Amino acid sequence: MLRPTALLAAAAAIAFATTGQAADPLKIGFVYVSPIGSAGWTYQHDVARKHIEKVYGDKIKTSYVEKVPEGADAERVIRQLATSGHKLIFTTSFGYMDPTIKVAKRFPKVHFEHATGYKRSKNVATYIARFYEGRYLAGIVAGKMTKSNVAGYVAAFPIPEVVRGINAFVRGMRSVNPKATVRVIWVSSWYDPGKEREAAEALIGQGADVLMQHTDSTAVVQAAESKGVYAIGYHSDMSKFGPKAHLTASTHDWRGYYEARVKMALAGTWKSGAIWGGIKEGMVKMAPFNMAVTDDVKKAVSDATEAIRNGKLHPFAGPVKDQDGKVRIPAGKTMSDKDLSSMSWYVEGVDGKLPKK
Amino acid sequence: MSPLGGMRFQIEPRLEQSRAIRTLAPLIAVVLTVLVGAVMFAALGVDPLAALASFFLHPVDTLPELGDIGVKAAPLMLCALGLAVGFRGNVWNIGAEGQLIVGALAGGGVALAFHGATGWYILPLMVAAAFAGGAAWAAIPAFLRTRFHANEILTSLMLTYVAAQLLGFLVHGPWRSPDAFNFPVSRDFGDDARLPYLTDTTELHLGVLFAVIAVPLMWVLTQRSYAGFQVQVAGLAPRAADYAGFKSSRIVWIGMLSGGALAGLAGLGEVAGPIGKLQDQISPGYGFAAIIVAFLGRLHPVGIFFASLLMALLYLGGGTAQIEMQIPPAVTGVFQGMLLFFLLGADLFVGYRIRRVGRVAA
Amino acid sequence: MSPDLIDGIVVILLATVRAGTPLVFAALGELVAERSGVLNLGVEGMMLVGAVAGFAAALGTGSYALGLLAAIAAGAALALVFGFLTLTMRASQVPTGLALTIFGIGLSTFVGYPVQDKPLAGLKPIDIPGLSDIPVIGPLLFGHDLLIYLSLAILAALLWFLYRSKGGLILRAVGESAESADAIGYPVIAIRYAAVAFGGAMAGLGGAYLSLVYTPTWAEQMTAGRGWIALALVVFATWKPGWVVAGAYLFGGVTIVQLNLQGWGFDVSSHLLSMLPYIATIVVLVMISRDETRIKLNAPAALGRPFFRS
Repeated sequence: MLRPTALLAAAAAIAFATTGQAADPLKIGFVYVSPIGSAGWTYQHDVARKHIEKVYGDKIKTSYVEKVPEGADAERVIRQLATSGHKLIFTTSFGYMDPTIKVAKRFPKVHFEHATGYKRSKNVATYIARFYEGRYLAGIVAGKMTKSNVAGYVAAFPIPEVVRGINAFVRGMRSVNPKATVRVIWVSSWYDPGKEREAAEALIGQGADVLMQHTDSTAVVQAAESKGVYAIGYHSDMSKFGPKAHLTASTHDWRGYYEARVKMALAGTWKSGAIWGGIKEGMVKMAPFNMAVTDDVKKAVSDATEAIRNGKLHPFAGPVKDQDGKVRIPAGKTMSDKDLSSMSWYVEGVDGKLPKK
Repeated sequence: MSPLGGMRFQIEPRLEQSRAIRTLAPLIAVVLTVLVGAVMFAALGVDPLAALASFFLHPVDTLPELGDIGVKAAPLMLCALGLAVGFRGNVWNIGAEGQLIVGALAGGGVALAFHGATGWYILPLMVAAAFAGGAAWAAIPAFLRTRFHANEILTSLMLTYVAAQLLGFLVHGPWRSPDAFNFPVSRDFGDDARLPYLTDTTELHLGVLFAVIAVPLMWVLTQRSYAGFQVQVAGLAPRAADYAGFKSSRIVWIGMLSGGALAGLAGLGEVAGPIGKLQDQISPGYGFAAIIVAFLGRLHPVGIFFASLLMALLYLGGGTAQIEMQIPPAVTGVFQGMLLFFLLGADLFVGYRIRRVGRVAA
Repeated sequence: MSPDLIDGIVVILLATVRAGTPLVFAALGELVAERSGVLNLGVEGMMLVGAVAGFAAALGTGSYALGLLAAIAAGAALALVFGFLTLTMRASQVPTGLALTIFGIGLSTFVGYPVQDKPLAGLKPIDIPGLSDIPVIGPLLFGHDLLIYLSLAILAALLWFLYRSKGGLILRAVGESAESADAIGYPVIAIRYAAVAFGGAMAGLGGAYLSLVYTPTWAEQMTAGRGWIALALVVFATWKPGWVVAGAYLFGGVTIVQLNLQGWGFDVSSHLLSMLPYIATIVVLVMISRDETRIKLNAPAALGRPFFRS
């Protein structure tokens, strides 16, 4: 048995050791699902990683692993980061949910941040952006710029996140142009430039003159550029891929969130939680407008942005009708976050049927 | 004019295959790969020694990490053991990836069917289903080859793409979990539908044990059984096999089915092991990498055992090298390809030797 | 037919040709290699290396011509590695080809890392004032990019070479029986080296079509299995160049029509639709292969069989 003095000494030693370590930088790890590249989902996360490196200088040290498959490997890589002294770990793809939760159980002192998931624990926080707000704004631009009144949408998989984006886009479009409709092609891949390009061209062939995408490559914007129609980018500003075609982009900005969370981790005040931030929180932004976008369009977008920011406008404020004309949300009501996160039907204005499974 | 100052070299067959070289060739290939790797790292402006240490040593310097190697090696080992049977008989099943997926679907389907149920019998049923599922997927190219002479390389590969879409269809559709907000995942498997862990400190699970047990079993099957003998003869001397009356369709069936069944088991090991449910992505290309493993292991079960551990190390090394040195993980693929090239090149010296013929007038 | 419908069909046809062209290049190249008796399963790897080399060179120099040359050189270089291993080092063709694909995937990803997702304007379709504007015929005849015309020119040249020239006769002789060709005094190994290199160069071009024209960017594994489809096409075409091109367009067409159906609002799971091209390939392969004598009649008799002097 230890005598009190020995205990005290041990406690002092531990205290000393911890203060000694405080000078060490906080190690922060990032797990990416795809290569960083120069545009797209992972790229935006990496922009934020570089941002916190700049802000916190030598107080932190970041590392990242790209292209981590969403299977058994994710768990190993996350664990590797935790065992190698990373105290704050961002896992940036939906498929990392269970691995993150599992590793977090083993490392209660390490803070985890999982993007787009719905499972949380004491040391696992989740964060996601209201991407649909940006979609709504993109819809306004498309609705104003389209001449054929048909927009094309290249989409990956019919999960709620994507369906919600399509619906928000259509609602934005029809808020300024009630005649406009959208056509959707599913390519069954988040990232397949060839197929995205083919889908984009098929949509153009079917009369679409503004394209929107929910996939990860820049092929859709490039297709629009070469065919002389418009496109609105997603994830990142994709204007360099289509200087003439790219009207704007609905982009994600994780810089503010990451900065805030790192600050908490440094100060020892980090807490788990769930953030669903949008325009108001600065997580969703529109990229700079193309020259072709006229001032009245810009004004319509900035008015809507302002209205969303101060809560006066919600893309899914009633009445919301579905494709068959059935009122899903009556006037005066707004769709709840719960309904939003499991959306699996098209709103009025989408051509074609949602693939039933 | 020959390039070496009038010296001429001639390749001539050895009277007897060199067993020593046959065994040494993989080691030579590994050494050459590491050397070229060092040069490559240096060219990238990275300290080659530090990079090699990060790639080959740091992934295995603790006990849990050694366990990770086993977890990663198991699916490679299973797929390669099965593929090797076919390769020995010149049956080119390159669709193990698809067979792995269908095995996972079959086994996972059982787990989902018994959702909420408990009982010792669930896991054995899953194993049987995965076995059968993988074999059934491999039976398609076997049938098309034996019945219609369709090239199994192409059909087995095309079926891999079909399997991947089938998986997508199921997890996005009928098998999607009702509790997952429409995300493309199945329900979590119940506890009795999961492969138990073997130890407390590592991630080693029962599926890894399956792989290890498969090594001696496949050794018996390929080296000591009549079926294995037939396949062997068909591969080495097709004419002799004809004379002996071995039916070539039988060889195709044996080769394809063993590859498919073991790949199916590998798929189960992933979904009932670390993943614990069905989802969009199950395997990061184990079925393809297993082709390298099979050749690296000289199509021999014991060789495959070591080759899969090495391949697992290459994968893990890719991860540590990026965490520690920011080296892009694609290095892993370059290493894998180089390894196989060097091995195939070194094989020349198993059956042949090079003789200097002396000076000749130009 | 309404003018809209006709326009729609023209658009689909144009897209079909574009989708088929990478396959045309790669499959014609592989056809020549196989006609010499060498089965190179590394098409996917060579396409990828060609795609990344072409893209990086075009990005670096600003010249598409240099990009294409780089793609051709890179594809051929990789093919020569295969040639060295199988023709000189006597390695077995099947595993070496597979290794080539795996190596090509790794190498292209690695080399392409710094240029991943970088933008490039891309090679534009030609536009002949007057001609390209004629309805229907204009775009179909004069509305393609230069590489599509190149692919058809290569087809014509190949048809002439294989069936009308002495060189083609020798090539086919080597593919039928290397031993006899050798006995007559033809340099079998050299001819096979040349055929393999040509196959690699063409695969490189096919890859460059993707990274410079079709989706002008570099993305890892952007060929998405087209190299394997090209291999299937050669069998599908029973080693005849004209059928290779027809098959390539057919395959491109299946993909394009699939996407168009969706756009028109057909309610089918996109996963099931995405299986279509692969299932179609299997079905066609089976139909072609079921008649064993027909395959035997057309396939180069020495395909996949090694030949070594000494």
